[in-house]
Amino acid sequence: MAFVDSEVSGGTAADQDALSVKIVVAGGFGVGKTTFVGAVSEIEPLRTEALMTEASTSVDDLSMLPEKRTTTVAMDFGRITLADDLVLYLFGTPGQNRFWFMWDDITHGAIGAVVLVDTRRLADCFGAIDYVEQRGIPFLVALNAFDGVQEHDVEDVRDALQIGPEVPFVVTDARERESVKVVLVTLVEHAMSLIQQP
Amino acid sequence: MATSDGRRVRPYLATRGRTRPVQDIAIEALVSTTTNGRDHGADPEPERERILRLCHSPRSVAEVAAIVSTPLGVARVLVADLESENLVRVADPHAAYAGSSEPARNLSVLERVRDGLRRL
Repeated sequence: MAFVDSEVSGGTAADQDALSVKIVVAGGFGVGKTTFVGAVSEIEPLRTEALMTEASTSVDDLSMLPEKRTTTVAMDFGRITLADDLVLYLFGTPGQNRFWFMWDDITHGAIGAVVLVDTRRLADCFGAIDYVEQRGIPFLVALNAFDGVQEHDVEDVRDALQIGPEVPFVVTDARERESVKVVLVTLVEHAMSLIQQP
Repeated sequence: MATSDGRRVRPYLATRGRTRPVQDIAIEALVSTTTNGRDHGADPEPERERILRLCHSPRSVAEVAAIVSTPLGVARVLVADLESENLVRVADPHAAYAGSSEPARNLSVLERVRDGLRRL
């Protein structure tokens, strides 16, 4: 079945459907998630939004009725058609770590997660690493070498993050398509190794 | 009637014969317009009409939301309703591979993903 402009019957032949899978691109605000997604996506990264209603009580409000404020949470994503019947989506997590509810949607059923790290702002990735570790999501750590320069030794960063040798660490340049491809292949192979060695 | 992400939707949109909770639709689930949907003619609801046209080639729920410019929760409701009317089909990857063999934990699927990435 051709993925592009395929005829879809009104019946229930589920075996004709293309399969869609996803990989999560996590990390702190401004670490290059959307750049990473855009480097391999066949479409310009799209942005989808979810609305979250936050209740807040204003001190000036004599009625003491909670005032509802709506916050928009945005995530960027891209698409790679790998075969006629196989599509890979790359979902970037929202930059602000407090929007964890959105992460559940993004990570549910994902192949795994790339945790993108800027070694100059190491603490920005702590939330993402805690999240994927606690939920048992296969992940690797990709050090984004801004301007092609990776200033810190990979093993030093591993020690600083207190992550064991079983988790792959790679250096990447999020702007470079070939570099991003290598990261994604490494993640998929890591996910495969976790199945083969339960 | 409000969706889980807080936007108000028309009540009939939220109650029309859906067979599963809206939140169960994965964001990467592919939506395809069925032959019924192609023969449906112009839908009076502009967003529904746009989805029916857009999904002549399969699109994920996330793409539907982004391209039709609705929040994700609203897109899910619209897609679920169109599905219940047999105007679109939703290929939910988690439903197709229930349990331990879900696609993300299925070796042959992962091999195909790896090989596809290498060929890019």
